[in-house]
Amino acid sequence: MTKKLTISALLVALAMIFSYIEVLIPFNFGIPGIKLGLANLVVVVAMYLLGARQAFMISMVRIILIAFTFGNLAALLYSIAGGILSFAVMILCRKIKGLSVMGVSVAGGVSHNIGQIIVAVFVVENLNLLFYVPVLIIAGVVTGFLIGMVAGLVLPAVKKAFHLY
Amino acid sequence: MLKKKDMILICALLCVAVAGIIIVQLMQRQSGAMVTVTVGGKTYGTYSLNIPQIIEVEDDMGYNRIVIEDGYVYMEEADCPDQYCVKHAKIHYSHETIICLPHELVVEISGGENMDVDVVTQ
Repeated sequence: MTKKLTISALLVALAMIFSYIEVLIPFNFGIPGIKLGLANLVVVVAMYLLGARQAFMISMVRIILIAFTFGNLAALLYSIAGGILSFAVMILCRKIKGLSVMGVSVAGGVSHNIGQIIVAVFVVENLNLLFYVPVLIIAGVVTGFLIGMVAGLVLPAVKKAFHLY
Repeated sequence: MLKKKDMILICALLCVAVAGIIIVQLMQRQSGAMVTVTVGGKTYGTYSLNIPQIIEVEDDMGYNRIVIEDGYVYMEEADCPDQYCVKHAKIHYSHETIICLPHELVVEISGGENMDVDVVTQ
């Protein structure tokens, strides 16, 4: 239990650092509102390392902390919508046999963007925003792919390292 | 590391996105509102697409009769040698043009609402 708590705290801290790095060095894809989402790497890793419940807690804590430190309350709404939707989708995808971290991460990336645009539609009250969805799907596939690749490489090492203690 | 089902998922998502982009492109071909006739680079006149009328342009370059009807514009008659402008399909969408090159005459549709979607979130 203590070990799980410690690892969780570590991962939240890591997610915050990642978010901070992204504020400092924006990985710009040339499209407004699109970023790599390095912090999602932590959530993906946590899901495989600690299980769904712990990963969800980490995700929510990180979103709230990040919003209060680097963002604002409006951004918090978008982040929570994206975070919850992508988490739900990733949990479901993880249950599908034959889908690796890569697929789970891609599904998460896409649903994260879709969750945000849904909130945006309600906030702006303009359905025209949905024209942006295809672009966001492609962006989600790209970022999810990159995150999934890194997660796949990192996971075995992280698992090994944490079992040492 | 990348399994078969991952590939299927990625391909399916990309297909949906591409289909979506095509649909958006088609929908953004919005109807224009204004018709601008330019002769020799100078604006000859601007007309509403919604008011049916016949515009006759006659000068030393030649004669053109442009018809606005049911929200469409077409060249009914021209005394140019090639008659490309007369054969041109009726135009209706923003930025579409009918050009009568020998008379240096351009009929262009403009004024359709263009959508600019721009969202920034953090």
